[in-house]
Amino acid sequence: MADGGAPAVIDKAGLDALIAVLLGRGRTVIGPTVRDGAIVLAELSGGDELPYGWGVELEAGRYRLRGRADGAGFAHSAGPQSWKTFLHPPRERQWTAERGADGELAFSEERTPPPAFAFLGVRPCDLRAIEVLDRVLTGGPHADARYRGRRQRAFVVAVECTEPGATCFCVSMGTGPAVGPGYDLALTEVLDHEGHRFLVRAGTEEGEAVLAELPQRPADPATRTAARERVAEAADRMGRTMPPVDLRTLMRDTLEAERWNDATARCLTCGNCTMVCPTCFCTSTEDITDLTGDHAERWRRWESCFDLDFTHLAGGGSVRSSPRSRYRQWLTHKIGTWHDQFGSSGCVGCGRCIVWCPTGIDITEEAHALNAERAAAGQPR
Amino acid sequence: MSTDGGRRPKLAVWKFASCDGCQLTLLDCEDELLGIAEEVEISYFLEASSAAGPVPYDLSLVDGSITTRQDAERVQHIRSVSRRLVTIGACATAGGVQALRNYADVAEFRAVVYAKPEYIATLATSTPISAHVPVDLELRGCPIDRGQLVEVITAFLAGRKPDVPDHSVCFQCKQRGTPCVIVAHGTPCLGPVTHAGCGALCPAYGRGCYGCFGPSNSINFPAFIPLLRRDGMDTLDVVRAFRTFNTAAPEFDAVSREEARR
Repeated sequence: MADGGAPAVIDKAGLDALIAVLLGRGRTVIGPTVRDGAIVLAELSGGDELPYGWGVELEAGRYRLRGRADGAGFAHSAGPQSWKTFLHPPRERQWTAERGADGELAFSEERTPPPAFAFLGVRPCDLRAIEVLDRVLTGGPHADARYRGRRQRAFVVAVECTEPGATCFCVSMGTGPAVGPGYDLALTEVLDHEGHRFLVRAGTEEGEAVLAELPQRPADPATRTAARERVAEAADRMGRTMPPVDLRTLMRDTLEAERWNDATARCLTCGNCTMVCPTCFCTSTEDITDLTGDHAERWRRWESCFDLDFTHLAGGGSVRSSPRSRYRQWLTHKIGTWHDQFGSSGCVGCGRCIVWCPTGIDITEEAHALNAERAAAGQPR
Repeated sequence: MSTDGGRRPKLAVWKFASCDGCQLTLLDCEDELLGIAEEVEISYFLEASSAAGPVPYDLSLVDGSITTRQDAERVQHIRSVSRRLVTIGACATAGGVQALRNYADVAEFRAVVYAKPEYIATLATSTPISAHVPVDLELRGCPIDRGQLVEVITAFLAGRKPDVPDHSVCFQCKQRGTPCVIVAHGTPCLGPVTHAGCGALCPAYGRGCYGCFGPSNSINFPAFIPLLRRDGMDTLDVVRAFRTFNTAAPEFDAVSREEARR
């Protein structure tokens, strides 16, 4: 995407205006807001719904909302959902069929127009996650047309990360905290003695056009420097790291490691890690009928490799019946065989799977342990 | 599937020891009730009509658990006159809350509760229908979910497998977009070990799951119980958490007995 125009600075009123402009362009604006004791992603109708003054305290298996005296709006790391919820929704109808008076079935593909989303507050790691989903769902010969429709219409406002959580490791995965390509607008939140403001850059023509409608001033050197420094500092404050080795090889070398038993002992097979993961894309299909049997629908819904039914075969039984086989499938695919299948890692280092695992299984800790076990096995006796 | 010659399949609804809530769910189907009545002949349903249609029945919905000798005999008859038998709810599927008697002395209960205990003839245990006769499908919940009931009837009519997943409540919480109450609030929640079906109702209102739908198909109690303790439950709380509507479900029964020994 083109690097559009000169950076500008907007304040909170400018952010209010951004939401108003996006709404005025007929977009459904999705962004962070406080609900149910968490910072969730939901439809926004105004800037006052942004989580100003709220941060989060994260640990493995633990998430707590914490007030922030500085009033920051984006000083929180990944929450319980990701943009996947909107681009690749939990449930979606694929087609409907009607039996006519002549007994013939007439099928019609789902044709409701895709919503025109504007995503406000997309983290650099999550922007890379959307890119991963793009490759998975539209990169091959069987592209998901409905995903593509939503994706192509979506307007992305990225917000650089200035406040990583204790479970973040985007630096290890090369996905943050500075924003990469793929945004329409990118913001960096700056809070200092000169006030609460946002450095804004446009990445596309539509981004430039939207930016032009906002109350703004040209970016001053102090704001640019402050923004750059805050992102650089964030890179030094990652809560987690991945072992500095080729993870794809590590997964291949450790398929029979003892460590899998250790992780599995703590695994509830609840599937939470897969459903909070911004790139886990698996679904199952269910056909439903109505009482008359003359109307049928096919629905697709999120599925998880932790579900026994996921590998259930006709004739009975699941291929991956043991929790060990399911946990290993998830992790080796996520950071190993994903490369073979889709040309990149499936992990962007957002840390959601660590936070939202009720028992706190930590993907980075498991990778370090597997790496240590491999190293120990390679030592001469 | 069971229709012959275009006649509407006959539906029967039976009651054993229960509060009747699950069979009343059929009457609570409001929007779908007329459609159901058009597609099936509601042949035997004493909550709705005292008229009983002739046997056999194509689909029997059985509510309640077996707690008397007479009921143990009656369920045999019901099985013999039913082409398909589906249990509805925690009582019929797992023995219900009345299965708490399985942990106590029923004679003592009877003496304490009733003025004339000699009038009460009851078994020492409350058992699910499947302990007595073969069951084609078990629908979970206290009470059952209306949507699942309609799905079972609809699937029966279409001759297809009903869409009744047996994974945990966590799957439905995530699909619904509810932040995990364990992780975000430290609220004890049975969701990770409980069968889906309710649509993850309680967590959506900030409450932990009470386990109304009984055990899910993939449980790791040794990893799960410490979470309940961390979040404030003592041994008695943990035992009680599993000794509710599905106390006699084998997985919940085993873990509550194990915890009670601590």
